[in-house]
Amino acid sequence: MTTGLTVDDVSLSYDGRLLLDRVHLDVAPDEVVCLLGPSGSGKSSLLQIIAGLLTPDSGTARWDGADLVDLPPHRRGIGLVFQDALLFPHLDVAGNVGYGLRFGDLSPAVRRARVSDLLELVDLAGYHERTVATLSGGEAQRVALARALAPRPRLLLLDEPFGALDRELRDRLAVDVRALLHRLGTPAVHVTHDLVEAELVGDRVVRLSELLRGGLGPV
Amino acid sequence: MVTSDRQLTRLRGPLPAWVLGLVPSVFLAVFFGWPLLTILSRGIGGHGLELLGRSYVWRIVRFTFTQAVISTALTLALGLPGAFVLHRYAFRGRRLLLAMVTVPFVLPTVVVGLAFRALLPQAWVGTLGAIVLAHAFFNYAVVVRVVGGLWAHLDPGYEQVARTLGASPWQAFRSVTWPLLRPAVAAATALVFLFTFTSFGVVLVLGGPSTTTLEVEIYRRTAQLLDLSGAAVLAVLQLVCLALVLFVSARLQARAAVAQSLRPDANETLVRPVTFRQRLLVAATLAVITVLLAAPLAALVLASVRVRDGFGLAWWRALWSVDAGTTRASAPLDSLRVSLQYAVVTTVLSVVVGGLAACAIAYARRSGRLLDVAVTLPLGTSAVTIGFGMLLAFARPPFDLRGSWFLVPIAQSLVAIPLVLRSVLPVLRSIDPRLRAVASTLGAPPVRAWATVDLPHLARALGVGAGFACAVSLGEFGATAFLARSDAPTLPVQIVRLLSRPGETPYGAAMALATLLMVLTTVVVLAVARFDRGGAR
Repeated sequence: MTTGLTVDDVSLSYDGRLLLDRVHLDVAPDEVVCLLGPSGSGKSSLLQIIAGLLTPDSGTARWDGADLVDLPPHRRGIGLVFQDALLFPHLDVAGNVGYGLRFGDLSPAVRRARVSDLLELVDLAGYHERTVATLSGGEAQRVALARALAPRPRLLLLDEPFGALDRELRDRLAVDVRALLHRLGTPAVHVTHDLVEAELVGDRVVRLSELLRGGLGPV
Repeated sequence: MVTSDRQLTRLRGPLPAWVLGLVPSVFLAVFFGWPLLTILSRGIGGHGLELLGRSYVWRIVRFTFTQAVISTALTLALGLPGAFVLHRYAFRGRRLLLAMVTVPFVLPTVVVGLAFRALLPQAWVGTLGAIVLAHAFFNYAVVVRVVGGLWAHLDPGYEQVARTLGASPWQAFRSVTWPLLRPAVAAATALVFLFTFTSFGVVLVLGGPSTTTLEVEIYRRTAQLLDLSGAAVLAVLQLVCLALVLFVSARLQARAAVAQSLRPDANETLVRPVTFRQRLLVAATLAVITVLLAAPLAALVLASVRVRDGFGLAWWRALWSVDAGTTRASAPLDSLRVSLQYAVVTTVLSVVVGGLAACAIAYARRSGRLLDVAVTLPLGTSAVTIGFGMLLAFARPPFDLRGSWFLVPIAQSLVAIPLVLRSVLPVLRSIDPRLRAVASTLGAPPVRAWATVDLPHLARALGVGAGFACAVSLGEFGATAFLARSDAPTLPVQIVRLLSRPGETPYGAAMALATLLMVLTTVVVLAVARFDRGGAR
């Protein structure tokens, strides 16, 4: 049975403040969910918990019913795109996109082919040897997206990936990302504080506040 | 810096740059360039060249490299985990520990040597092990500061991205963090290698006949064998080796360079150690700092009060006794007065020459680079070369200055001026030139405008530079050993002289005097640190 991601009863306090209070979230295996909420509301923390970068005070995250808690981030198969692209500055574009393919047992030829496919997919064909410092903001974010998709994650998390870009570029990329995710059939959780962007990308838009207290909403 | 309007934003001096640069240039040419040329002509022309045919000279060259390589490797092995723990983990006492770690680096080399004499068993003296340990003690802070400084600002997001892409913690470190740290690691490695390669005081105090480096041999030939030609050949050999080292390290550092975005706030990247392994790492670092850094200093203090049957102040009392002295008419403690006098002259000289050099470099734009390199050069050669060169150059007509007291502060200034420059230049460059333009539109003539607008900004940097110059002067040994008058030794020279005398009173007095010098230097450096921090606020 494939049920996708289930986040159950996840709570997290930070600096003595209850940031996430018993959050519940389901993501179907073919679904792009947009998570909406003001900044500082704990959206990013929730994504980091799902990715395994942050340990919640309590609660669980499951994939197809299997608990993720004991899996370290590199074994979860969950990709994450940060707000700033965070491209590795010591690698070129191809090195960045191919980074996640190093840890499997793919042959160099297969890896090269996969990198080319992905660059084409994000409209950056032929950018292989560009240094990351020469990329524009939009290009960098598309490379980050290709890098996250390269190891074929079972779930993609996008943490305000267009937050640093201007309006026009943002809308265009939002449409592109939606098309891309559907083409690849990769489920995703897309976090944003921008309602327009959320409706452009998501199959379903939820507000973080609706997920609190086991789905009961804020107090 | 502001770049909106070239005409206006260009930094201009109140006087033409060449006028400002005249004094530093002449100073360097006479007291560094001329001695260096004298060494070269003596070394290449003299009969000392036959030394190069002797196998023991090459044994010394080999040992100089070997001990530098091993010292650097040990310093990195201890310092890299230290850099990580002290800059990435939040725990109580972290700041205090960071400050403590820096203390050994500013201590005079002679004090470091004596601290390890006091700590290690007698059988260790003269061994490679003793030298390497003392070098690790001395340079631990270089690795922690240089590498840790970058590590603290490295965005943890890079490693997190790597983890979500399938890299284990170790793989993420290897493939992402390490390459990003490499520029800092390369810089720290180069610095530590340079310091250990030209290390003089430590090796003189802790080395033996089979553990001699080029620096020590140059000194031995000059002071004991009176073979100036031979010493000049070795000094040239040393310069060639150093040029080679600098060339290789510049190449390596250029290769390691990576353009990256850094976190401005280092505190953002601090995490609390929570897992057992993290706590273990923090504990291990604390242990290294305690054993490697605190133990030798504690042993030094202890050795100064340990007398035959328990503890007492006999060695401290001996500091006042003319009988315990190494000169006919003075007690060991008289060196304190000598050192303080030199420190005052060196400080004034360094601040004036270094300050002028900083202004000339800042206002001259491109041609200032040349002066910048020239001023920094004495740091890159070695103190022994400076002292030996001045001895050669000014010991015969037309400049027969033998026995002149002012050669010592001049030599010490050559070492201190680069430090003054480094503390003043960044501040000078950060002053908005438009401020002075405003002052001149309000009627201030150029020099007045400079003195009322720029100078107040510089006061603190000049103060910090003065503090460094003072600390350098108090502890300087390499150059001073060649130039100090035999009837007026400075503290480090006096300590080494006492140490070379037989008997337990001179040994104990050396320990007491080294303790005094340690306290004195630490006080000066802590005062500078306080002063400096006050400016950051």
